Order: sequence, then C-alpha cells, then structure tokens
Amino acid sequence: MYDIIIIGAGVSGAAAARELSRYEADICVLEKEEDVCCGTSKANSAIVHAGYDAETGSLKAQMNVRGNELMGPLARELDIPFKRTGSLVLCLNEEDMPRLQALYDRGVANGVKDMRILPREEVLRMEPNVTDSVCAALYAPTAGIICPFELNIALAENACVNGVEFRFNTAVEDIVRLDEGYEIRTDNGTFTARCVVNAAGVYADRIHNMVSRNKIHITARRGDYCLLDKDAGRHVGMTIFALPGKNGKGILVTPTIHGNLLIGPTAVDVLDKEAVNTTADGLRQVAEKAQLSVKNIPMKQVITSFAGLRAHEDGDDFIIKEADDAAGFIDCAGIESPGLTSCPAIGERVAQILCDKMGLKKKEHFTAYRKGIVHPAQLDLDERNALIRENPAYGSIVCRCEMITEGEIIDAIRRPLGAKSLDGVKRRTRAGMGRCQSGFCSPTVMNILARECGKSIYDITKSGGGSRIVAGTNKDTL
Amino acid sequence: MREYDIVIIGGGPAGLAAAVSARENGIESILILERDDRLGGILNQCIHNGFGLHTFQEELTGPEYADRYIRQAKQLEIEYKLNTMVMDIRPDRTVTAMNKTDGVFTIRAGAVILAMGCRERARGALNIPGYRPAGIFSAGTAQRLVNIEGYMPGREVVILGSGDIGLIMARRMTLEGAHVKAVAELMPYSGGLKRNIVQCLDDYGIPLKLSHTVVDIKGRERVEGVTLAEVDQNSKPIPGTEEDYPCDTLLLSVGLIPENELSRGMGAVMDPATSGPKVNESLETSIDGVFACGNVLHVHDLVDHVSKEAAAAGRNAAAYVKGSRTVKNGGGKAILLTAASGVRYTVPSTVRPEQMEDSLTVRFRVDNVYRGRCISVYFDQERVSRRKRPVMAPGEMEEIVLTKEQILGCPELETIRITVEDE
Amino acid sequence: METKNLTCINCPMGCSITVELDKDKIISVTGNTCKRGEDYARKEVTDPTRIVTTTVRVTGGRSAVVPVKTRQDIPKEKIFDCVRELKNVQVKAPIRIGDVIAADIAQTGVDVVAAGSVEECAAAAGSIEE
Repeated sequence: MYDIIIIGAGVSGAAAARELSRYEADICVLEKEEDVCCGTSKANSAIVHAGYDAETGSLKAQMNVRGNELMGPLARELDIPFKRTGSLVLCLNEEDMPRLQALYDRGVANGVKDMRILPREEVLRMEPNVTDSVCAALYAPTAGIICPFELNIALAENACVNGVEFRFNTAVEDIVRLDEGYEIRTDNGTFTARCVVNAAGVYADRIHNMVSRNKIHITARRGDYCLLDKDAGRHVGMTIFALPGKNGKGILVTPTIHGNLLIGPTAVDVLDKEAVNTTADGLRQVAEKAQLSVKNIPMKQVITSFAGLRAHEDGDDFIIKEADDAAGFIDCAGIESPGLTSCPAIGERVAQILCDKMGLKKKEHFTAYRKGIVHPAQLDLDERNALIRENPAYGSIVCRCEMITEGEIIDAIRRPLGAKSLDGVKRRTRAGMGRCQSGFCSPTVMNILARECGKSIYDITKSGGGSRIVAGTNKDTL
Repeated sequence: MREYDIVIIGGGPAGLAAAVSARENGIESILILERDDRLGGILNQCIHNGFGLHTFQEELTGPEYADRYIRQAKQLEIEYKLNTMVMDIRPDRTVTAMNKTDGVFTIRAGAVILAMGCRERARGALNIPGYRPAGIFSAGTAQRLVNIEGYMPGREVVILGSGDIGLIMARRMTLEGAHVKAVAELMPYSGGLKRNIVQCLDDYGIPLKLSHTVVDIKGRERVEGVTLAEVDQNSKPIPGTEEDYPCDTLLLSVGLIPENELSRGMGAVMDPATSGPKVNESLETSIDGVFACGNVLHVHDLVDHVSKEAAAAGRNAAAYVKGSRTVKNGGGKAILLTAASGVRYTVPSTVRPEQMEDSLTVRFRVDNVYRGRCISVYFDQERVSRRKRPVMAPGEMEEIVLTKEQILGCPELETIRITVEDE
Repeated sequence: METKNLTCINCPMGCSITVELDKDKIISVTGNTCKRGEDYARKEVTDPTRIVTTTVRVTGGRSAVVPVKTRQDIPKEKIFDCVRELKNVQVKAPIRIGDVIAADIAQTGVDVVAAGSVEECAAAAGSIEE
C-alpha cells in the first residue's frame, strides 16, 4: 500500500508530487498517458500571471499571487527558464476605463505588487505594435513567461529523484473505498493508498465523483492557439491582454520564453474531454481578435496551431481540499487558468493538507536542485568544445531549426522519466518545435529513440499509444 | 584560424557546381561545408528520373545527377567536411561551424557562396484545422523515409499539393505498395509538370482534385481520415462540398522556402518575393564577397538551372577572390531589374553593366497561368524585346538573356522591366 | 472504331489529344499543336513505356535501400510486375551506380540497375571525412 497516490502527472500532480517528496512517504503518480505534461499542462498560454484577474478572496486569487512569488525561486532550483517580462491589459475605449480601474483595484486587493495604469503614450512607447486605438493599459511588471513543458517535466523529474514512483499508461477506471484508504483500479493494475490526490485535469470530476456523493462538474473549455516563427518573436516584448470578458481573459499576444510569438486562445465549451482539435472558425477568431490588440501581426509566419482544454469547474474556482465525505481524498480540481502560475502554490497547499493529516516527517535528504538538459548553444566556445570532446554527440546538430544536438536528445531520453516518443523529445529539447516542425529531424530522432530505448523503429510513436509513425517497409504489401 | 579562398555552405547540387566552377576558374583553396553525412543534398532522396536533360542530354535519377558532380569535385580534389553544421557567418566572412570531431571552429573565407537549399512549408503555414496525430508528413520527410530509410509512412494516403514533389510522391508511394486516394490542389491548376501529372497520377488512376483543400484532420493517435472541400476563387472552402477520405497518412507538399537563417543572420538584404537574398548580376548579395545560388536564392524547378546558376556564382566568386573585378559591392552604376505586371520576381534584381559578363541570364516566375501572351522587356520606357509564349505557369521558371552589348548601348538606362503582355 | 484521349506531356501546353483507332491501326491524331505531340500520342497509344525507378533492400550498407531503375523503358503494363519481382531482391553493399541488380526484369529483356551507390556499413563507421 502506498501512502499517497497522485492521479495525474500534469503541473498540479507533478507540483504536488515534488512538494510531497520532501517528506517520508511512499508516493506514486498514476498517469494515463505515456509521459508527463500530456493534457491541459501542455497546451496553454505559457504565462505566469500577476494575479489581478481572479475575484478577491477566491482560491484562484490566492494561489495565483502565491504561485507568482514562488515561481522565481522554483525556476532557479529546477533550472528552467522563466522571465518576468510584465503584462499589459489594454483599454481601447474611454468608457471602459472604469473596468480597467476595477482590475487595478482588484489586483491591489489580491496583493499584486507594482501595478500601474499607463496612459496611451507610455503604452505605445513600451509596445509600439500595440493598436493605435489604445487609450490606457494596466501594466503588471510581475507577470512573466515560462515553458510549461519544462516546468512540468522538471517538477516530475525532481520528484522522481526524490523517490516518487511514476506509472505511465495507467488510466484510473474506478476507485473503491477501503476501511483505511482507497483501492484504485486502472487499466494497468490495481493499487492501494492511504490517501489520494486527484489532479486529473479535465477528468478530475469523474475521479472525484467515484468516491464522493457531493458531485462536481468540469467542463472542457477548448482554446485554439497559433504559434509564430521566431522571426516574429519580438513583435511584442510582453504579454498583451484585451480587457477580460465573461468567458476568460480573451485573446492574448505574447512572446514565448523560447522567442516565438503566441496568440490565442479562443474559449469554446466542448463535451468531449479529448477534443483537442483546432477548428477553422477558432483559428480565424484567433487571428482576427489578436489584431484588435496588436497591429501588423505577421500571420504568414504561423508555424503551427494547436488547441488546449481548460478544466472549468461549475463553481468557477479551484477546488483544493479534502473531499467532505471522503477522508484522505484530496481534490485538486477545476485547475484552469491561472493553474500554471499557481502550480507551485497548489503543490505547497496539497502537501500541507496531507502533512497535517498524515503527520508526515521531513526527509533528511531532499534534493531541491535539478540540473536541466545542457543546451550547448548557451555555453561559451571553450565550454562547448570541452563538452564536444567529452561527448561528440554534442557536436552533431539534429534539429536545424532550433539547433538541437544529438547529445541533448540522448540526455532527454536517458534522464529520469526520460522521453519515449517524438513529442517527449520535442517537449524536453525543442527538437522539432521550430519552423520546419520536425520535417528534417524526425527521421533522425526516430533512429536515436530506437537505438537508445532498444526498440524497433515500428514501435517509435509520436506520443505513445497508437501514434506509430511508420507502418512497414517498402513493398511489404505488394 | 584556418583560411580558405572560398567557403561554400552546402554540398548539394548548387554547392557542388559552384565548387567545380570556382576550381575551374583557378581557385585552389575551396572548402565545402555539408551538414548531411554525404554530398549531393536533396538529390540523394529524389530517386525518380528526369534530371539532367539540359546538362547531360540524358535522363538521370537524382543520385546519378549528384554523382556526376560529386565525382568531378573529388577528381578536382575539392575539400569538404560532412556532418558539419554552419552556425553563423559574420559580414566579414568569418564562418563558424561545428561537427563531432572538430567541435566548434571558425574559418576565414575570402568569399562565401551560400548554397543551403530550401525547406518545405509545414502544416502551420496553411493553418489546417483538426487534430495533430501521427501520420502527417511533409512530402520530403516521407520521401526520405521511403527512398533512403526504406520505411513506409503509411498505407492509405491523401496528398495535399500538386507541385512536382507531391506528384512524384504519389507514384513513389504507389510503387512501394501504398494506396494513394487523391491529390488535392488548392489552386485551379497544378504547379507540377504535365509529364508528372500523366505519369505519376493518370498512370495509376489517382484523382487530382483541383481547387480543393484539407479542411479537417481526424484521428487522435494516428490519422484516421481527412476531409477535403472545394474552394472558391479566394481559396476559401465552400460549405457543403466536404468529402471524407478515410486514410492513415496525409502528405503535405505545399511549397518550398529558401533556407536563409544564415543569410538573414549576417544581415543580407532579403527579397520578400523569393524569400532569398537580393543579388546583383554577379549573384552577390548585399554583403561584400558573399554570393548565393540554387534554392537558397530562389526555388528552382529544374536542377539543371541550379547547376548553371551555381557555376556562375562560382565564376564570380573566383573573380572576386582574384581581385579581377573592377567595381566593388555597392559601387558602380546599377540598373534596377523589376518585375512588372504578371511577373512575381526577377533574379538578379540589379545589373551593373561594368561588371556583367557578355551575357546575363535573368530568371523569373509569372504569377498565374497565362496562355498566348508575351514576355516583354523594357529598357526604361522602350520595349526592347517581346517573345510569344503559348503557355506560362507559376510552376515553370522563365528566363531571358540580356547582353552586355545591348546594355552598354543605352548609357542612360536606369530600369529594366520584365512583364507579361497581351499579343 | 475507338477513340483515346491523352494529355500531351512534352510541354506546359498540355494539349488534349484525341487518337482514333481501328483495332490497332491509328486512323487520326487531333488536338496536338506540334509534331512532338503527334509522335507522343502514336507511341502512347500503341506502345506505352515507362522507366521505372524504385528501391531495393540492401544488407550491410549505410542505407537500408538502394535506388534502382530500369536501364531502358519497359512496357507500361509491366510496371507492377517489375516492382513485385524486386520485392524479394536483396543486394549486399557496397553497391555502385550501374551495378546490375536484377537482369531481364519481368521478362522485358531490360535490366534493373543501381541508380545510387551505397557504401558498406563498416567502412562508414568512425570516419567522417573520406
């Protein structure tokens, strides 16, 4: 019997796992996909929000502001890139000024630091590509950008190094209450645990409702995005929001931490919790609405589009607590935006709840620091050459667009919870993430994966399951 | 720091022909830097025949065509480094490259010839909606998998894009056992050669659906089907024309883009119409001593033209190194070459009469299918030539030849205009 | 009487050519705008042939397959017989351009030859430059 089973290896589950790995406990994370960061965590705006959006007093507001504070130190501990670039919320009509002011006031009440309302001229000086019709903007310097994959992967890796077990391709089918703890039935074996953390993203309602009579309901709210080439990455220097409406924060325009330009998302409620398909209408809306905030967006430079699902709970707030009628079952549900920003705080809160409940003792040896994949491009010449002498694989470029070496790809595969698929390699190294979208490098990455994992090339997948890439050999059906 | 008279970036057809020509024009110290593990570039995976009719008067496959140049380069003992990625080129022609054995190293080049080729446009450029499962390949990736690695990307295939690569891949996949269900083309005409439409599609009963595009991709893990729809004159899908094609593979052959990361990085002035650098009559970019040829300059449809263009770049780079040129980059009188009505671009975009060879081939593309029109050349306001062309299409590169004599005869000449005109 | 419609492949014009046949005898060729079109149509209707390019498995080489082609064009209806026969052919590296891979393919009297070279695996290992 495990002390704690965490369901879901997205940012919430991974953050909870990492925080809990500070304590003496047998912990296991169950993930239905083949890798961490495969659901909501992989497809979002990659923004660290300042914290003025959520209703004052809501859990979202609390977690957002706390998460924002924790993100800096966490990024340093886990060796992941994070930049406080700031954000602007644009007001395009004089009559909307009270709403902008209300946002500012809410930010102050939520504890957001250093915000200012900027007049038109200052906004345009700061961001010359903002639409000329801007009349003022709320500037929040504490907002930032981060790589959601690296954050999620680093949290999980660090948890793993500190003793947390991860089981992939393991989807929870049912949970049965025992005298003490829970029996968790999956499509890959049955497990028992004293306590359970439900971090199942859009499925958190199903998991919750397996053990509790007080039902919750999560709507998958789809958002389409377009990602633009790095040539367009400097079109804006910080995240540009429109004034929020009732269905979320609207369409934003933001640089990404790796230098691309990201625009989106739309907000469409969908019944299918796997419906991550983009739609023609959605992509059109993204392009149209983004141009209301920022002018001259070079839409010809779109390199890919994708859709993500937000886990929207009917109560419109995060649910992070022990279920009222299921002792030891801790929900981490309704984690939509600002979930990515909040994850360090969510992990902290989940760990606190379980620590108090189970009387967990701190470990003597907890490794807080994790070393990320070495990116030779960030080294100076001598360091880089020393690395290549030591391991020539660092001298061989596999992904030409992002200049990723074979050494980085091998590291991504061999490290704890390493990559098993093309997408796994892509999210860890960025190989295939550039302007050719893996056209050149995918055959090479497939061969490296097959060699490193001791697999046949036919078993190499894009993202696990049935996502095989090659079907056979030439003429085999003739 | 090592020094070479000429450093050539890329060992494909352009790089090889440039190297051979530079050596034949008296340059001893030449280095080709190639990122792949063999010379020949994209030709290695173009195993169909039809290459070399102009250059060798015979029909060769891509690897055979490449081999002719590789053998010449080896006979001429031209130095090359394989598996070597060029990371950066400075405007002073310091080239930084990397490989497994040398690590990161820099070379000073007397002249640089850019010959990096091109890459394929990806799905994102078309914003095709739907899921993002396995089974979506660019035609070139599929070509590499089948022709070099021997793997079938899938069994039931739909191809978007009827340029020559899309057509060729329809036949290749068929001959290796796949079932190609349709080739869809957004435009009302195919960008490919007639011969390829007949011999790659008609021969195998593969339907070509003109004015059609992919409007949905189905399948969460692997492609399970695509939806094609007809498009209107503005390339917008027409509601109600959707047709589902169950398949496990979608190949995208939706255009090529010159690969100019290095050129842009060094600050070369680019031409938005070609996505390649702007060049003068010597195929020299805006940066002194840096030349460009082949698909990095503008996308070609015949490798024979690439070889010819690259040979010119090699000659000009050799002249530059030997100091035998009379005018400097940016110096001397420059006549503007402009693409007027019906013409998308010209290469080169300027001509300096003092520096031009006896004749200069100007290559260009038209912007639409034209039947029974003329290509006219204007020297300022005066029409100096007019050639009837029964048919012209954007997929087939056109050329005109200007002579030095002709240009020197017009000392006041400022602009040369190339245009498509009615008879 | 039988009519066959063809698209001429000689130039971008792509003339639609109609050939009238009486059994195997050509009665008329219309729709072409030049002599090349007529020649093409006559050949295509009576004796259509193609050069076939494809791949053959390689053992011990740097590539898994080698490109091959029929040395001359073969009857169009033999294309699939040709590739099916090549399905079971395996060649050992090294392979040089022009090497005969399969003689008299599908009883056409035409040989299939290597259209690319493949070096041996061992020779390739370790050395980057030749």
